[in-house]
Amino acid sequence: MLKIRAGRHCGPEFAECLSLKRRIGSKPVMSILKPLLAALIGVTLTLASAAQAEDSPAPAAATADNNAAETPAEAPKDFAGLLAKLPDADYSEKRDLLEAMIALHHPNTRAVLTALLEEHLYSRDADSKIFIADEQADGLHLSDPLTMAPAGTVASDDGLTKIGTNNSLRKYLRGAVARFKLDDPSRKVRLDAVHEMLRDADDATIALLRERLGVEKDSGVRKEIEAGLALADLDSPDADTRLAAAQSLSGTLDGDAYNRLKTMITPAADGSYPETDARVRLAATTAVDHIQHWRSFYGAIETLFFGLSLGSVLVLAAIGLAITFGVMGVINMAHGELIMIGAYTAYVMQQLMPNHLAASILLSIPAAFVVSALVGIAIERSVVRFLYGRPLETLLATFGVSLILQQTVRSIFSPLNRSVASPDFLSGTLVINDALSITYNRLYIVLFTLIVFVILQLILKRTPLGLKVRAVSQNRAMARAMGIRSEWVDAITFGLGSGIAGVAGVALSQLTNVGPNLGQGYIIDSFMVVVFGGVGNLWGTLIGGMSLGVANKLLEPEVGAVTAKIIMLIFIILFIQRRKQGLFPQKGRAAEGH
Amino acid sequence: MDKSASGDKRVTEGGSITPVEAVVTPFRKESILLDAMRRDRGGQSLLGLLLLAAILVPLLNLVVPESSILHLSTYSVTLFGKYLCYALLAISVDLVWGYCGILSLGHTAFFSLGGYAIGMYLMRQIGTRGVYGDPILPDFMVFLNWKELPWFWHGMNLFPVAALMVVLVPGLLALVFGWLAFRSRVTGVYLSIMTQALTFALMLAFFRNEMGFGGNNGLTDFKELLGYDLQKPGMRVVLFLMTALFLALGYLGCRYIVASRFGRVVQAIRDAEGRARFIGYKVESYKLWIWVFSAMLAGIAGALYVPQIGIINPGEFAPINSIEVVIWVAVGGRGTLYGAVVGAVLVNYAKTYLTGALPEVWLYALGALFVFATLFLPQGVVGLMKRRGAKS
Repeated sequence: MLKIRAGRHCGPEFAECLSLKRRIGSKPVMSILKPLLAALIGVTLTLASAAQAEDSPAPAAATADNNAAETPAEAPKDFAGLLAKLPDADYSEKRDLLEAMIALHHPNTRAVLTALLEEHLYSRDADSKIFIADEQADGLHLSDPLTMAPAGTVASDDGLTKIGTNNSLRKYLRGAVARFKLDDPSRKVRLDAVHEMLRDADDATIALLRERLGVEKDSGVRKEIEAGLALADLDSPDADTRLAAAQSLSGTLDGDAYNRLKTMITPAADGSYPETDARVRLAATTAVDHIQHWRSFYGAIETLFFGLSLGSVLVLAAIGLAITFGVMGVINMAHGELIMIGAYTAYVMQQLMPNHLAASILLSIPAAFVVSALVGIAIERSVVRFLYGRPLETLLATFGVSLILQQTVRSIFSPLNRSVASPDFLSGTLVINDALSITYNRLYIVLFTLIVFVILQLILKRTPLGLKVRAVSQNRAMARAMGIRSEWVDAITFGLGSGIAGVAGVALSQLTNVGPNLGQGYIIDSFMVVVFGGVGNLWGTLIGGMSLGVANKLLEPEVGAVTAKIIMLIFIILFIQRRKQGLFPQKGRAAEGH
Repeated sequence: MDKSASGDKRVTEGGSITPVEAVVTPFRKESILLDAMRRDRGGQSLLGLLLLAAILVPLLNLVVPESSILHLSTYSVTLFGKYLCYALLAISVDLVWGYCGILSLGHTAFFSLGGYAIGMYLMRQIGTRGVYGDPILPDFMVFLNWKELPWFWHGMNLFPVAALMVVLVPGLLALVFGWLAFRSRVTGVYLSIMTQALTFALMLAFFRNEMGFGGNNGLTDFKELLGYDLQKPGMRVVLFLMTALFLALGYLGCRYIVASRFGRVVQAIRDAEGRARFIGYKVESYKLWIWVFSAMLAGIAGALYVPQIGIINPGEFAPINSIEVVIWVAVGGRGTLYGAVVGAVLVNYAKTYLTGALPEVWLYALGALFVFATLFLPQGVVGLMKRRGAKS
């Protein structure tokens, strides 16, 4: 808040700043000249301040302040007065001053305390005025702690004296600031404050938290405080307190609490337990078991989710192939490169509209579909259509196309990897509890895959185009006899599969860097998914991809990522031996076409 | 098919795994090969050219002084040797693709395994001359803090063991893979994709340090083979001659197989697998044995390749390499054997030239070659020459 205000006001509205300062009664021109003058004539600091008293056109206020500082017995009762005495007070006096200040409940107290804690509170040598300074690129932005109004900008801290703190004062300040944060109306600020305080909790903060627990209304914040207090209570000398703490901690998922409880019940080398009381040990054991149970439960959910998100990537990459390979029976080895082209489309869109990140990503979905679909149709018209019925030749020819596409991209965009930035709504993490958090980009990719899948199913099952595609794939001759232009359907189907590959590329651009070799890594995986799920069956691709993803993630912690992948490959190779038709074989007349 | 025991028996009698040896006397065996070679004009020219190269290359490299323009640099000798290794690999692919209809997109897996086998032998020969000077452990193991040799490295310091492994390891892998694949009648594109997955999985596995094959860096820094310094020009020529010899033998072996009764059944399977099966041939066995033989041949090619190149790393397993081999065969002309040799040498010469002169163009050229060869050259360069010959 403070920073924003200082930054916003002091730049363009400097005139206003000046007028504000005048209203406060300071003499800006003099104050800037004075230190320079002092430096030039080389007088000592005391001389300078003496000179200040004489030179100042308004000496009365300054001397009054000085006098007040010299007689601490007459402690001022107003905020400004307390503040003015800060620079000259010693550390213990400072603490008294701050306590008095807090007792006044002045609205700016928190800002002053925070500034003092962060060493941003300065007194100006010229007139002993106090300023909160905000360090920016162009110098220090000053603001007046009394009004929080901006008070100009200085290039450096020449002529300003930092109001110092020592360790014990900083400790006191931290507590005080935290107390302010705990009273903050925003739930999030309170939660952050609790977390921060618990990170290095001591008696003072614990007391503070206990106090807060009495008035806190929000259940989430209460829970955090209770967990933190219970953790602290584990160190209590009183066995009953420890027992209660251990019992209450069984509801938490916090890693610290778990480790703390675990050490309590882990016997030392001589067989003795760190925890002496048997009841507490029992409670701690129960709590540890309970926490362990829930943590492994959430861990399983997390693994499942990781698996689903990996599976989604696989499905997304494979589903276009499921159309060209599954429905049309065409081996398109350039499929990976169509994904890559989609990813590069996202990159180009972002370069075209660098200031509209979210819009560029959303727009690149249709753009990538169109670009990849056009490239796909071009491939179909120029190469694939001459090779229908010769799958091995198609494989080789489209592989050649993939090399050409790769090299083209390398020539246009350089062989280096490019990164596509993620918009805000895709970055960040959804924290569900201490044991489970989900990154948004993975969450969205699962949703996106499902949407793409549903749309594709609708196109194939509910539109005239889909009807024609299925007709041609099942019985080309009969479809032609019924008046379907099979060549046209071929091209459109190929375009559809390629376009989906492009859309997959946009999604992948949010997960990895975009490079000319992006597609190569996915081609084998995609084929595996399609073959595993059952050729000519989009449901098979979905289920197959998802289950491969989950299985991969389940294996990964056991054997490592590379071995997991090798095991999956070998599994599919063996699976195909057993069930050549995949998980969901096509049945009936449609199967005869393949 | 496995259910009918009597049928099985008949099949084994009629079309056993090595029917020719079983039925044909040694004299007759020779005459099959001679017969086949007499009609094989392409093969005759190939063997003639190989013989010519075997005479000229040592002469030009060792006898002709370096100042002469006729002098052949040692670099070129190694390059030619490399081409011939590729040619042998291409023959092994052509044997299964051209004659049995199995499009393998994973033959470099066998090639690389052969290479690794000889590479292990060469690593063991380094002895104390390695950077760390350990008499037993190769450098990368010392680097990884391994205390003793993994079991599969034992015995690899003996050349006969290593030479056996060169054919045994690829052969066994092919046997297991082929047995699984052919038995369940995985054919066509599915088989191709699976071979690709196989080599991909092997690549990933060999990239891991824990595998004990040097991980990312592979095996390199070889010193000597059978006590002879690998860096000497004379040794390069010897290796080249060995490669030429094995290429000639490989060619003759393949020619013999395809001309034999076994080979004719294999070709029948290629043209009409169902029909061959219904006639009573045990299709799976035929496929399996030609597949295993081809894998062994690829392993030998790899073993000849590694000492000349001086390194073997997991990059050799990359699926794209296997696919490139297929395009050599396609460009040369599949189903001819000598066409594979022509294609391997032509494409690799183009690769050497283009990657040196115009590196960006190479992938365009290779890609275009794939498209062009499949669309316009179904018979390959050899077919083109044949057609021209028939016209004139």
